[in-house]
Amino acid sequence: MSAALLVMALRDPATTAALDATGWNSLIAMARAERLIGTLAFRLEGLGVPDAVRPILADTRDDAAREARQAIWEADRARAALAPIGLPVILLKGTAYAAAGLPAGRGRFIGDLDILVPRDRIDAAADALVAAGWEWVKEDPYDDAYYRQWMHELPPMIHAERDRMIDVHHTVLPLTARPTPDAAAMMADAVLITDGLYMLCAEDRVCHAAAHLLADGDLQGGLRNLWDIHCLCEESSERQDDFYLCLFEKAAHHQLTAAVWRALRLSHHLFDTEVKAYHVPIEVDYKLRWSDRAFISRLLARNGWGQETRKALVFAFFVRSHWLRMPPLMLARHLLTKWRKGHRPQ
Amino acid sequence: MRHSLTLRIGPATFRIGSAWAQPIDQLARLYADYPDVDGAIADFTVRLQPTSAVRRWVRPSIFITGDHGLADAAPMSLAHGLLAAEMGMNLQMALGWRRHLLLHASSVEKDGRVLVMTGESGSGKSTLAAQLGERGWRLMGDEFALLDLDSGAILPFPRLVSLKNKAIDVIAGEVPAARMGPLLGATAKGDIRHMVPRADAVARMGEGGMPALLLFPRFGSGPAERPVGQGEVFMRLTQASTNYVALGEPGFAALTRFVAQVPARAIDFPSGEAAIAMVDRLWSEIA
Repeated sequence: MSAALLVMALRDPATTAALDATGWNSLIAMARAERLIGTLAFRLEGLGVPDAVRPILADTRDDAAREARQAIWEADRARAALAPIGLPVILLKGTAYAAAGLPAGRGRFIGDLDILVPRDRIDAAADALVAAGWEWVKEDPYDDAYYRQWMHELPPMIHAERDRMIDVHHTVLPLTARPTPDAAAMMADAVLITDGLYMLCAEDRVCHAAAHLLADGDLQGGLRNLWDIHCLCEESSERQDDFYLCLFEKAAHHQLTAAVWRALRLSHHLFDTEVKAYHVPIEVDYKLRWSDRAFISRLLARNGWGQETRKALVFAFFVRSHWLRMPPLMLARHLLTKWRKGHRPQ
Repeated sequence: MRHSLTLRIGPATFRIGSAWAQPIDQLARLYADYPDVDGAIADFTVRLQPTSAVRRWVRPSIFITGDHGLADAAPMSLAHGLLAAEMGMNLQMALGWRRHLLLHASSVEKDGRVLVMTGESGSGKSTLAAQLGERGWRLMGDEFALLDLDSGAILPFPRLVSLKNKAIDVIAGEVPAARMGPLLGATAKGDIRHMVPRADAVARMGEGGMPALLLFPRFGSGPAERPVGQGEVFMRLTQASTNYVALGEPGFAALTRFVAQVPARAIDFPSGEAAIAMVDRLWSEIA
């Protein structure tokens, strides 16, 4: 059993008609583990499901609506905090999709509030947030220094009264990563959602999601990120004929061509994203490469009890995530420091 | 997972998986008279898994998790596997249940009307509910009372009653041995022993009743009694609810209606017998 079951249900919800009780239990457990249960609940809305499943999905949809409402309120509070210093709030990821009512936001789990501000204004932004009630949460001086020197975001802050986390980014990849996306261009191209809230333009949304999925982390929660990419691409290519060409152009500018192309191959393979192949002006096809198979195995590493499987592969991707972030010597120093502090990979 | 069991308690169905046979076998014995829901679609998955690969075999250690889990949950010894399974189910309810307002309270019913008792761990609410359940009341639950958002009724959640320390001897003296679980010594909360509710509590676990009296019991002094104002009741119940915030406006509406309609008393009592006498008197006077 693998998360292929979940992928199938998201891609073609009607196939769930064939599931028995064990199938449903597995689907629900893996969707919860991947934090895709809200998305699944919206995909299955209006379809005939067993009586025992209906209230589970209804609860999930209510939860998702409340989460979206909370997330948008949190974005509004950040807007109010940063307005006095003249900083617009550029929303990233889940909150942006929810605030803009994009299909990618339907039922989507939203964790922290992620915003993007110019690097030279980041201290002013942090001061303004502290003045409005946010507090630093990282207590470890090494972690704090690490964030400030090498990461693409400030150490996380949490609001004292509302208990919600904010991540203030100044770019979309760690400074130690090999690609260097053009954060200033992303900010310049940002589009207004409403009332002083902005999001990245359509192409940059996909670039960011692909960078986040493939050029940064260890693919924890990767299916959710890939589903974002699928929804973002489907929606934008429907509205804009030359969307994929524009996307390739932006990806090249942000040094993210490899990440974006792999994301499209994976999304096309798993979710049937209707990508458009090109011969002119550039050569793009969506045949899976050998290395894509490792990514797919990693993305699907989940059993019917919601547990992660394929430990060795998962560990390999954990190692890869560090390799992507740091040159070897720095990586060695970082791992030694973390090991001494008692951190162990899961 | 290698061993598994599906249980229905009140309105909720749990699929419990375990790396070891022992917790599942113990659950199967104690829940033998509950509805047979083998293979049903469950609301929640609970997992009892080794804290690491080695800990499956060597000094086995359980990590309790499932659909909902806490990353920093304390590991438990396999000897306490039954308690781990119960905690796993409670965890799912506390973090994931949305169909009722969840009150951390015990409840018992008589003539279709419900007595709700809430208080911190150690207040005596479980023991008192268990005792009342043996004396003419129907036990509805010792851990969670489910407040229906539309009707305002309290619905049962009659899982095994978890008896701690001195309460164990008090109850074990009144209840046949077949309804008692194994003694789990030296857990994080001291000694624990589970008790199977009486057959009528299990048979009528789908049947709710309107709340008629709310008590804040406290074992250890008294006897003393005082009325509790609606403001205080409201604040204490929001703290006693794990899903009040998550339910939003419907939760607020249900709780304000409960607070406005149900009389509340705080009672301090030195012994179980004194508590039962106070409950009987208050029930006949104001409920």
